[in-house]
Amino acid sequence: MSEPRASTGTASTPAVAAGDDLVRVENLVKHFPVRTGGLIRRTVGQVQAVDDVSLSIPRGKTLGLVGETGSGKSTFARCVAGLIPVTSGKVIFDGRDITNLSRGAMRPVRREIQMIFQDPYSSLNPRRRVGAIIGDPFAIHNTATGAERKRQVQELMERVGLNPEHYNRFPAEFSGGQRQRIGVARALALKPKLIICDEPVSALDVSIQAQVLNLLADLQRDYGLSYLFIAHDLEVVRHVSDSVAVMYLGRIGESGPKDPVYNSPRHPYTAALLSAAPAADPETAAARQRIILTGDVPSPIDPPSGCRFHPRCPKAEAVCSQQEPPLEAKAGDVATHLAACHFPVQAGENLAAAGRSELT
Amino acid sequence: MSVTGLEFAGQETAASEGALDAGAAKVEGRSQWQLTWRRLRQDKVAMAALVVIGIMILLALLAPAFASLTHHPPNVAFPNTGEDAAGNPVGPGTAGFWLGTDGTGRDLFVRILYGARISLFVGFVTTAIGAVAGVAVGLMAGYFGGVVDTVLARFTDAVLAFPYVVLALALAVVLGPSLTVIMGVIAFFSWAAIARIVRGQTLSIKEKEYIEAARSLGAGPFRIMIFDILPNLLAPVLVLATLYIPTAVVFEATLSYLGLGIQPPVASWGNIMSDAQNFYQTSWWYVVFPALALLITTLAFNLLGDGIRDAMDPRTERVFAAGRGRRKRRGKRQVLADGQSEVSHVAPYVPPAEGS
Repeated sequence: MSEPRASTGTASTPAVAAGDDLVRVENLVKHFPVRTGGLIRRTVGQVQAVDDVSLSIPRGKTLGLVGETGSGKSTFARCVAGLIPVTSGKVIFDGRDITNLSRGAMRPVRREIQMIFQDPYSSLNPRRRVGAIIGDPFAIHNTATGAERKRQVQELMERVGLNPEHYNRFPAEFSGGQRQRIGVARALALKPKLIICDEPVSALDVSIQAQVLNLLADLQRDYGLSYLFIAHDLEVVRHVSDSVAVMYLGRIGESGPKDPVYNSPRHPYTAALLSAAPAADPETAAARQRIILTGDVPSPIDPPSGCRFHPRCPKAEAVCSQQEPPLEAKAGDVATHLAACHFPVQAGENLAAAGRSELT
Repeated sequence: MSVTGLEFAGQETAASEGALDAGAAKVEGRSQWQLTWRRLRQDKVAMAALVVIGIMILLALLAPAFASLTHHPPNVAFPNTGEDAAGNPVGPGTAGFWLGTDGTGRDLFVRILYGARISLFVGFVTTAIGAVAGVAVGLMAGYFGGVVDTVLARFTDAVLAFPYVVLALALAVVLGPSLTVIMGVIAFFSWAAIARIVRGQTLSIKEKEYIEAARSLGAGPFRIMIFDILPNLLAPVLVLATLYIPTAVVFEATLSYLGLGIQPPVASWGNIMSDAQNFYQTSWWYVVFPALALLITTLAFNLLGDGIRDAMDPRTERVFAAGRGRRKRRGKRQVLADGQSEVSHVAPYVPPAEGS
């Protein structure tokens, strides 16, 4: 990450550079109905996978989306990509409202938004040759045929660090890292503006992770791509992102430029996540105060009232269960660093102690 | 999980990964089909079955050649040479009749060859129609789900629950027995089981990430079904189809035996055996040879289907030396392959002639 990283935290923040946002998501809501089995399928509840999320991704930048399993990250990504219909809210891509477009109307937009998937084993069809997999985008959009398609596919393979001679191989003949490169090549084929990376490296070895991340960074620099980068690995997100958003139970807990969020988290959940991330240096690791959260993530079918984090929050008070905290900039923060918390974490505050006192 | 420190080291590993590739480049890419064929070639039983089927097809194709070689056209009776003084059929080897003659003095061998033409034609064509229809219905039911699935799956169940012999008899009576009618009836009863299995497979495949990847590229439902799901279904469908051919052959023989299929004087294994009923006591060859032809053909197709299934299953251990291993393997497969139970419900109807 060379060039985009240098400008982090200054001009590249969602709210400031609103005019130059490639993607703007406004109040996105996605609920999945919960139905009873049997002949008459009654709706008995709603899984509130994504609830009132607003985010934006500037051109040529990376937005990192962090959160634990079930927090709605992937659902959010699929809504942005138009793979599942949204319940309410808007997705504006390149100045155009693409919310719930029909398949035909969505077709030209599909060329601009591509996805890289988590599992390099299940995201490539085992019965098709690599050339056919990477050539698929050309075939679907009729942009190149025959020898021209083969040439372009081989160019792409070379670009992502694969041997173009392997055009006729099957995915099973490649390693995990190479398979993810195939996925990257497929996403790159139509020269999209936005690539949604849904945990693109969490299934890979650490050394291979670095290769794939570096490849993504190179491609961003060369083609001016924007990324929506989803991960649960905080260090990976810090490495690739310009700005970061933390999701918890379908809501944004905290968002903003990378450095302020990582260096002075305001939301107790962000602080807890950061304290739990493994550190390579044993001295740092030993010196750190870990904030241990109690309990599990509550069910998104029946989320807690008020602040959704309050049952697990070491700082929670009565108001937290009654009033939903607005997502706003806290005193002393840059205007783009937003947190949804009634009692934002102060610098130097010892949350770990608070957490323990509640436990005992 | 810190990656930041590996930023530069990563590039080097990428290079070495590439170097490893270059070394492995000599290993040629083998498709699933090549691998299956290699494994199948080592299965002696399956290869023998394949040879038998090949010979049977060849004989069927060459039936007119044999007719002119023996100077015995299939539908011409030879009262002088082909019947003895009492008017009974003559035995094998008599007067140039290699397998003897039938009740009206026609050459049994030539008629069996012409019967093979009908049997194999009906077997292949109805299975092909059934497989195509079954795959189409199963794919649509599985992929679209919802109302489409409910309607198609219930229809499939209804067809599977039908007493097919009764319907075949009724249709043959109403529409009049003809090749088209019996082929229609056989095809109508062969797609349902395939559709059910294809639907099940489609349901599991459509949840795979590569299907979502195709959707995110903008592929439509039919493109996804044909290019992404179908290649994953070909193996089970091929196995099922191979096992369906003998079922169709037997079904045709059954209908012809009952007089509702191929009508005399056109030869078919079923109607030859039917005619032979009156000559059990005197002319053993009249019933034994057509029954043998039917038995060998269906057995060969069944063994070949078993072999293909084994060859396509990467979990199958290839134990050739010990018969114990083979038995164990076959026992295990009965449990593994739930497809078998789907097939066997159309249990081969054994004409009574074959037993006696």
